[in-house]
Amino acid sequence: MIMEEIIQQIVNGVSLGSIYALIALGYTMVYGIIKLINFAHGDIYMIGAYVGFALTTFLKLGFFPALILSMVICAILGVIIEKVAYKPIRNSTRIAALITAISVSLFLEYGMMYFFKPDTRTFPSLLPDKQIKIFNTDAVLDIKNVYIIVVTISLMLLLQYVIHRTKVGKAMRAVSLDRDAAQLMGIDINKTISNTFAIGSALAGAAGVLVGTYYNSINPLMGVVPGLKAFVAAVIGGIGIIPGAVFGGFFLGITETTISSLGGSLYKDAVAFAILILVLLLKPNGFLGKDVKEKV
Amino acid sequence: MDMLVVNNLYKSFGGVKAVSDINMTIDEGEIVGIIGPNGAGKTTFFNLLTGIYNPSSGDIVYKLKEEVSAKSFKPFKMTKYGVARTFQNIRLFKDMTVLENVLIGYHNNFKYGILSSIFHLSSYFKNEKKGNEEVTQLLKIFDLYDKKDTLSKNLPYGEQRKLEIARALASKPKLLLLDEPAAGMNANETKELTKLINWIRKEFDLTIILIEHDMSLVMDICEKLFVFDYGRLIAQGNPESIQKNPKVIKAYLGGE
Amino acid sequence: MKILNKKNILSILAILIVYAIVELLTHLGVIDSYIQLNLILIGINIILAVSLNLITGFTGQFSLGHAAFMSIGAYTSGIVTAKLGLPFIVGIIAAAVVASIAGIIIGIPTLRLRGDYLAIATLGFGEIVKIIAINNDYIGGAVGLNDIPQYTNWTWTYFLVVLTVFIIYNFIKSYHGRACIAIREDEIAAEAMGVNTTYYKILVFTIGAFFAGIAGALYANYFSFIKPDSFGFMKSVDILVIVVFGGLGSISGSIIGAIALSLISVFLQNIPELRMVIYAVILFLIMVYRPQGIMGNVELKLFNKKGGLNGYAGSK
Repeated sequence: MIMEEIIQQIVNGVSLGSIYALIALGYTMVYGIIKLINFAHGDIYMIGAYVGFALTTFLKLGFFPALILSMVICAILGVIIEKVAYKPIRNSTRIAALITAISVSLFLEYGMMYFFKPDTRTFPSLLPDKQIKIFNTDAVLDIKNVYIIVVTISLMLLLQYVIHRTKVGKAMRAVSLDRDAAQLMGIDINKTISNTFAIGSALAGAAGVLVGTYYNSINPLMGVVPGLKAFVAAVIGGIGIIPGAVFGGFFLGITETTISSLGGSLYKDAVAFAILILVLLLKPNGFLGKDVKEKV
Repeated sequence: MDMLVVNNLYKSFGGVKAVSDINMTIDEGEIVGIIGPNGAGKTTFFNLLTGIYNPSSGDIVYKLKEEVSAKSFKPFKMTKYGVARTFQNIRLFKDMTVLENVLIGYHNNFKYGILSSIFHLSSYFKNEKKGNEEVTQLLKIFDLYDKKDTLSKNLPYGEQRKLEIARALASKPKLLLLDEPAAGMNANETKELTKLINWIRKEFDLTIILIEHDMSLVMDICEKLFVFDYGRLIAQGNPESIQKNPKVIKAYLGGE
Repeated sequence: MKILNKKNILSILAILIVYAIVELLTHLGVIDSYIQLNLILIGINIILAVSLNLITGFTGQFSLGHAAFMSIGAYTSGIVTAKLGLPFIVGIIAAAVVASIAGIIIGIPTLRLRGDYLAIATLGFGEIVKIIAINNDYIGGAVGLNDIPQYTNWTWTYFLVVLTVFIIYNFIKSYHGRACIAIREDEIAAEAMGVNTTYYKILVFTIGAFFAGIAGALYANYFSFIKPDSFGFMKSVDILVIVVFGGLGSISGSIIGAIALSLISVFLQNIPELRMVIYAVILFLIMVYRPQGIMGNVELKLFNKKGGLNGYAGSK
């Protein structure tokens, strides 16, 4: 019985962690490149879910076409947001940049509410309702969990390839290390920033579609809490560090499901933030981050 | 009378030795220079002396306003011990006026509590009056009084350097650490600065350690020189002997 | 030098005249209960903004959790006045004290955190406070705390606003306040000049939380009903926006900002569906076109012509 419970919780934790990790990747990439906490990132995830909803409900697309199309649309949206909202404030103070990001977030949330009604929508069931028993125990693996985990891991591998093996990825790494030096080496900064937003937003869009199919319900404020949690995940792993976001996402997902299964579900959000504060105090640069000291 | 003794001081950053095996004694009233090529560990040494970095090993002993001996100091306590400094890359409070910058230097000489500050009791007025008078004196010495209400970021470069020294002096130090005070100054400004440093040293009864690349200034006012290279102290002595020291010549010109 | 100099007498007169005019207009019926509601809301926002400005504007410590201090104050006063049946003044003092203890607690992480990281830690702190309130049945849980006696009125609000502004303004004009500004400007240089940055950072969080607690007490005892959601992340953002809009490091800016943004939200109430969308656009435009706020870091000068942050020079 105990063993089954544990396996079940791990499956749930990894699924939830996948979602956090996908969103956290975008946070971390954007922070790495322009040092901005993109508060609107959680809302791109929400829009990804809505696009997925529209594509599957009205155009009757299947899971994979909807997933890919939704990623493309979110990528475009991410680039537009960067060009319209963040480019003008690139040289402003941190506080101005942060408030701008919050304003974009509010605009997306309440814009969606205004145009598409604040009600919760039912996401169509796209995946077969099949459950697999694990190792002849009573623990079940929902086919949806399999989809979430497999899609997430494939996207992460793809991202790893893009970042380390392609020109686009190398430019991104160069700009996040030293923007001025990268520029002197002939890297187009604006294009690289756009690419970063495109990739990060596409991942958030994917997370939106995955969550829509998993929970079958979406609403305009669905991005707020997961957005914050994903940010927490990115900080736990070490913001600006890509493997850190993945680690932080899974860590947070598994911790949360564990706490819920121990009867603390009411406090799971508080625990997430408490972990955040603890990590910031004990390891301010995250688990995978390096210590940097200001030069005097 | 020695006022600063440094024993076997080491500092490494992630395996790289920035400062190693420094032994040094500085007497009261001396004016000494620390020279050496870029990256020789001079500024790191200052940061160790002022508690910004903690030494990896070794000890620093001050015999100033009180005798303090510790492996590490808290930076904010240094002015209490009687040590004040300037920075290589000028760290003024940019959006504060010239007067306010120097008033921050005077910080530990203000003696009134939070309640007095909130309700502006008589100790507030007494202290602020005294502080303003003393700081005004300093500004006049440094020829900055006319610009006391100018934001420090709007001062020309040379005056920013001077303001940093005035700010440090406002803390009433016994030992003044100057990190490249003449950097970026032209020959005339440097000459004036040399005079000023000599003058304040006598007027305020100071011991001064300065890091400097401008040899004319160093040779002019320093009684003793310490030469750093690759984090080590390779030579010390009076300016004449240092100029002839083969190790020093090699460090500056490189190679055999 | 004298406390009753010309400038101070003029200030006191001006303060009393404004109060008397509002009282008079209320008795004449020109100020109805709706206008009074908004006056009180503006007052609460001024207290919140000025106290956050001390933390963020003057000392440079980025906080996204100011509403949590307000929440703690509101619940404390709610418990003291509703459950214990004690007078309002006890509620206000208890609110301020309990909130400032929370300020000390949240001040401690600031010793190690900077910039965005501090912002996120304070955000996390705010969320934790909210979740604890939601799960605590004694104070009504998610439903909220009801039947708090309505003690807050124009008089309480006005004089607490005056007290807040007076204390924080005086603090800033002292060497303690200058030390805080120095921390904002350059923490390492401030330390090298003898400023105990640890002490001052915790101190400003404590003072800031103290007044946010008072604002919470005024809020709770005006609306008679509080719930955890009223003091969430968005409320913290609202306060921060007032401070930035008015000008970081300008107390008069915070006052003007609180009035302006309260008025904007009054007008937006007529179009509830689009309210937040327009608010978002306004925020965005302010950040792009006037990121330093209305006042920058300059104070509005009514009576003293001599400028500068230095209080002594201004009060000769």
